[in-house]
Amino acid sequence: MNLHEYQARALLQAAGIPVPDGDVAATPAEAEAIAKRFGGGVVVKAQVHAGGRGKAGGVKLAKDAAEARAHAEKILGMTIKGLTVEKVLVVPTADIASESYVGVILDRASQRPVLMVSPAGGIDIEEVAATTPGKIMKLGVDPRFGLLPHQAMQLGFFLYDELPQVRAAAAIMRQLYDAFVRAGGSLAEINPLITTPDGAVLALDAKIVVDDNELDRRPGIAALRDTASENPAEVKAREAGLTFIKLDGSVGCCVNGAGLAMATMDLVKYYGGEPANFLDIGGSSNPEKVVVALEIITADPRVKAILFNIFGGITRCDDVANGIVTATGRTKLAVPIVIRLTGTNEELAVKILERAGFSALTDMDEAVKRAVELAGRAA
Amino acid sequence: MSIFIDRATKLVVQGITGRDGSFHTKQMLEYGTHVVAGVTPGKGGQTFADKVPVFDTMAEAVAATGANTSVVYVPSRFAADAVYEAADAGVRLIVCISEGVPVLDMTRVMPYLRERKVRLIGPNCPGAISPGRCKVGIIPGSICREGTVGVVSRSGTLTYEVIHQLTRAGYGQSSCIGIGGDPIIGTNFIDCLAAFEADPDTKAIVMIGEIGGTDEQQAAEYAAAHVTKPIVGFIAGQTAPPGRRMGHAGAIISGASGTAAEKMAAFTRAGIAVMKRPADVVSLLKERRVAA
Repeated sequence: MNLHEYQARALLQAAGIPVPDGDVAATPAEAEAIAKRFGGGVVVKAQVHAGGRGKAGGVKLAKDAAEARAHAEKILGMTIKGLTVEKVLVVPTADIASESYVGVILDRASQRPVLMVSPAGGIDIEEVAATTPGKIMKLGVDPRFGLLPHQAMQLGFFLYDELPQVRAAAAIMRQLYDAFVRAGGSLAEINPLITTPDGAVLALDAKIVVDDNELDRRPGIAALRDTASENPAEVKAREAGLTFIKLDGSVGCCVNGAGLAMATMDLVKYYGGEPANFLDIGGSSNPEKVVVALEIITADPRVKAILFNIFGGITRCDDVANGIVTATGRTKLAVPIVIRLTGTNEELAVKILERAGFSALTDMDEAVKRAVELAGRAA
Repeated sequence: MSIFIDRATKLVVQGITGRDGSFHTKQMLEYGTHVVAGVTPGKGGQTFADKVPVFDTMAEAVAATGANTSVVYVPSRFAADAVYEAADAGVRLIVCISEGVPVLDMTRVMPYLRERKVRLIGPNCPGAISPGRCKVGIIPGSICREGTVGVVSRSGTLTYEVIHQLTRAGYGQSSCIGIGGDPIIGTNFIDCLAAFEADPDTKAIVMIGEIGGTDEQQAAEYAAAHVTKPIVGFIAGQTAPPGRRMGHAGAIISGASGTAAEKMAAFTRAGIAVMKRPADVVSLLKERRVAA
């Protein structure tokens, strides 16, 4: 789960990291009031879960409160990478002497949290890694001990020459690591970490990504989820215990298991079609889940054919069949459906489907080929 | 022969009285796995399915039965502690089926297990099966058949699909290992390649990877240097958009890294035959002159 910048800032602040003033606004009037309170110039920043906000026009400098209001009017409601901006963060413009990057990531290869710092801040760290890898220092942390003081100092010396700034940065890094662990993060970064002309070290921007598996035991973090800023179909799927990701094709896919779901999408492409979505109904079989899955797939007007691909293990094919019959009994399908079922209770499933006027296949390639054909014919 | 599990496996089921644990224990017993004990705190003294003694703790279960392997079916928030408990009790192999284990927990679990030389398979995996000998986890026994192809995969049902294609064409399996779809897992592709290479009864290897991370690329390099047996590989997620988590916590293209194209290219460079679709597994094995 991604946190908004204003939420991540609050978590860093709670961990003791110096963060400049700033407040969040949902209306242009609120943005104006905040800017007036700060006095002077401000930056108005779109709060949206998408990279490249600046390039999309979602980050604007304002010289006074009136201009802040005008910017907020434009930014609120704008769409960045398909997501609507519901809130803006208003912060006073800062005097910047230098910009660095400080981040904690969960590194898959070393199976540890890794601190990553660079004096080349303010830009995309992946770009720095690709073009000037010498400007990045990485340090693996033993999660049983956390980031040790001397490790933080070593990273601090990589960023700054002045001892007070080294110490300030080291303290911030240890606080950032603590905030990362407390939030159950898979990533926490400050980009840029700035120095001001009078020598202060401040976190100007903040980003935290939370491991979804942590949310059950961190209700405070889970409550930060902003469903208004997510794709409504994906929210509906998640609430029903499904994983759904919308794509742009015309073959709606409903599969059990993430690997098989990806392989099914790939096979649709292999046979000349385009998948409309990724949808994993998960391991446990529950006809109600299948009903929701069909609702989500058929709500997409681009879908010209529906493809079920079920390999029964824990999932029982008869449960899926019952779900299909229930859902299509409630609302008649406007597009053709191709059903492939094999494994646990396959025979029973075929009987249930045939009684309701559906036919079922047992071969994955044959089913995908037919679904692609049907979608092509409708286009 | 087989890898990791065989007739000498003496299994404890952690969470044996739960919904998933009890269902799959019955399946494992039916398959012939030596399930010697179960553990559920507070249920010690009971007997499961008229033959498996249930204990309150792993320490008691291992002391009483000499179990050498455990399988974890407990809810995700208790899974890390169940793994620690199994390691402390002295089993050599832990198979964690539970899905949804926080990754930060896994960063602490892994050094703990390494220090104690305990192997973990998973989490978030379907487990392992050595057809005709032993099944630990949830892979359906009915689709497998004894034979000489070793299968290793990050997926569950996609693995079943490939096993199904193999069995249907007459290719049996020595062992099938589901290593799990999480970013941090106990046993990786390289561990399985090394074990299959050392197993005299494995004649060929099928590797099923997916987008995200660099495990497949590293395994390809390892295979080029250390594996003499023919390998056939598949990567799921060729049509996956970047930056989105495709169901598995580990299946995400970050920036430009972890794409299917990159992994398939690494396979090709290493001499691994690349399947374009799951059904290609049979024709590629035949091309490599692997006998059914």
